[in-house]
Amino acid sequence: MTILETKNLGISFGGLRAVDDFNIEIQKGELYGLIGPNGAGKTTVFNLLTGVYQPTCGTAYLEGKKITGKKPAEINKAGIARTFQNIRLFSNLTVLDNVKIGLHNHYKYTTASGILRLPFYFKTEKKMNQRAMEMLKVFGLEEESGYLASNLPYGKQRKLEIARALATEPKLLLLDEPAAGMNPNETAELMKTIRFVRDHFDMTILLIEHDMKLVSGICEKLTVLNFGTELAKGPTEQVLKNPDVITAYLGE
Amino acid sequence: MKKTLSASTKSNLITYAMLAVIFAVVQLLSVTGNLSSLVSGLLVPICMYIILAVSLNLTVGILGDLSLGHAGFMCVGAYSSAIFSMLTKDVISADLLRYVLALLVGGAFAAIFGILIGIPVLRLKGDYLAIVTLAFGEIIKVIVNNMYIAKDIHGVHFAMLTSISDMGLDEGSKEVILNGPQGISGTPQTKSFVIAFVLVVITVAVILNLINSRTGRAIMSIRDNRIAAESVGINVTKYKLMAFSVSAFFAGVAGVIYSHNTYALQATTKNFGYDMSILILVLVVLGGIGSIKGSILSSIILISLPEILRDFQKYRMLIYAILLIVMMIVNNNPVTKAFFKKIFGSLKRLLPKKKAAEKSSEVTQ
Ligand SMILES: Nc1ncnc2c1ncn2[C@@H]1O[C@H](COP(=O)(O)OP(=O)(O)OP(=O)(O)O)[C@@H](O)[C@H]1O
Ligand SMILES: [Mg+2]
Repeated sequence: MTILETKNLGISFGGLRAVDDFNIEIQKGELYGLIGPNGAGKTTVFNLLTGVYQPTCGTAYLEGKKITGKKPAEINKAGIARTFQNIRLFSNLTVLDNVKIGLHNHYKYTTASGILRLPFYFKTEKKMNQRAMEMLKVFGLEEESGYLASNLPYGKQRKLEIARALATEPKLLLLDEPAAGMNPNETAELMKTIRFVRDHFDMTILLIEHDMKLVSGICEKLTVLNFGTELAKGPTEQVLKNPDVITAYLGE
Repeated sequence: MKKTLSASTKSNLITYAMLAVIFAVVQLLSVTGNLSSLVSGLLVPICMYIILAVSLNLTVGILGDLSLGHAGFMCVGAYSSAIFSMLTKDVISADLLRYVLALLVGGAFAAIFGILIGIPVLRLKGDYLAIVTLAFGEIIKVIVNNMYIAKDIHGVHFAMLTSISDMGLDEGSKEVILNGPQGISGTPQTKSFVIAFVLVVITVAVILNLINSRTGRAIMSIRDNRIAAESVGINVTKYKLMAFSVSAFFAGVAGVIYSHNTYALQATTKNFGYDMSILILVLVVLGGIGSIKGSILSSIILISLPEILRDFQKYRMLIYAILLIVMMIVNNNPVTKAFFKKIFGSLKRLLPKKKAAEKSSEVTQ
């Protein structure tokens, strides 16, 4: 089943064509990589898919339903969750609360029952705490549940961001350079976690990454962007052998 | 799952314990006759300031938006409730019932204004929001100063930009309720400290419970990172409006306390203008942005201190200054810092040179 499909997606900033004619098709359960040199337009693709930017042309479909034109919050409710290249956590809140905010649209009670502390409030909060702790365990963060998010070390902040995104129960998870700033050990561990997430949550994942070891290690398919346009796409091994791709990465 | 109390629950318990101690001390002093008339006259105003500071903290500290219109909402609450009490004082004879209804009327009117102002204004950020909310407070003051309401045998009359004598009222049965800049005199008074204190407890409980709920987390997520909040499906407009209107509601309640504690009610810069809005903001900032406990303490200390220190005229300003510094240092918390960074960051935006650099740093990565 096709989870994500885009048709001729594009956006310009002033005269700069940041993304042009972007077409992608991702099947359920796939681990798909989006790679390319700095400034190629990878993050811009994520911003287009999540409604942060409105495309100047083209359309994106999630499970066949059009998502282009919706607001970021609506797109999340439709089933896309993401992480950010420059981590965006709720830094003055606890690790647990960060994940609980991800659960916001799945565990509900009214503002009034929160203020009046009705039994339903306690019941739902308890369920939320349990669910959030489960999510934190997946990422080995249960010990730090009471910490402020900003007090976590860098690698764990990246993991918390993934946990928060997963808490929104997405159909498609977008990860923007999840291994950035991690040492090789942390990266290896992250690869395991990403695979686990895919298998355990039956998740479809599109990830941006510069670390070629991670990309070739876990991505089944790749799209390569260069100056906003698609340079190559297909099964990982095949794409990485493509002479155009090698030139783009190593220079002339 | 967790046997120990969470940090927020502990902090809330301390807040309630603090309120209980304050109440006990005041009662003890008053029973033993140790409360000077000066201090006892301050009790209700202090309760009012606590409510103002705690409710503004919801907008400034929890939502993270700088509003300078709090006195405007207070003004709406004060006038709407005073008019209500004037109109119903012959109809509803039970004082407490009338006062409770007046509180609801004042709070509701202020909350409605909060929503009406909030819809267009909450799109603005930092300094822009501050300027527009400040203007709102001033406009409200001008409006109430030009409003005329009177009652006669034909019913209730309302007019703007006129005078009572031009309203063509029946002279024999005329009863002036709101007389433009002369305001409202003769509002039935409710000067009970106990009632005002109960209102403080209700305000604190509602706001603390709100903060520690699903709604409060959504509000704080917007403060900490708006783009991330949207990315996990938080409806930013809805929760901003909710925080803003709850905050306005309690500012309205404080206004009701004020108008039912002031025999001749007039709208001036000092009570409902920017002087007041800034004073409330100072209480919030010095108590610690985002700290409800801090807002309570700073209201008590900063409102009572100038009066109490009158006997020590010579050292008054010195003690005052030292206390201010100590409070600033004690409250050196991350939310305060982030708040100032945000405000001064947005001020920088006004400088043309930095525009390009600022803009590129706003790109979502
Ligand atoms: N809001 C914006 N306004 C103007 N230009 C933008 C904006 N967002 C992105 N760009 C430009 O679009 C191009 C692509 O940027 P993008 O962030 O998508 O690159 P990227 O592939 O993610 O690079 P990196 O690997 O460095 O993260 C860059 O030239 C960037 O300057
Ligand atoms: Mg990028």
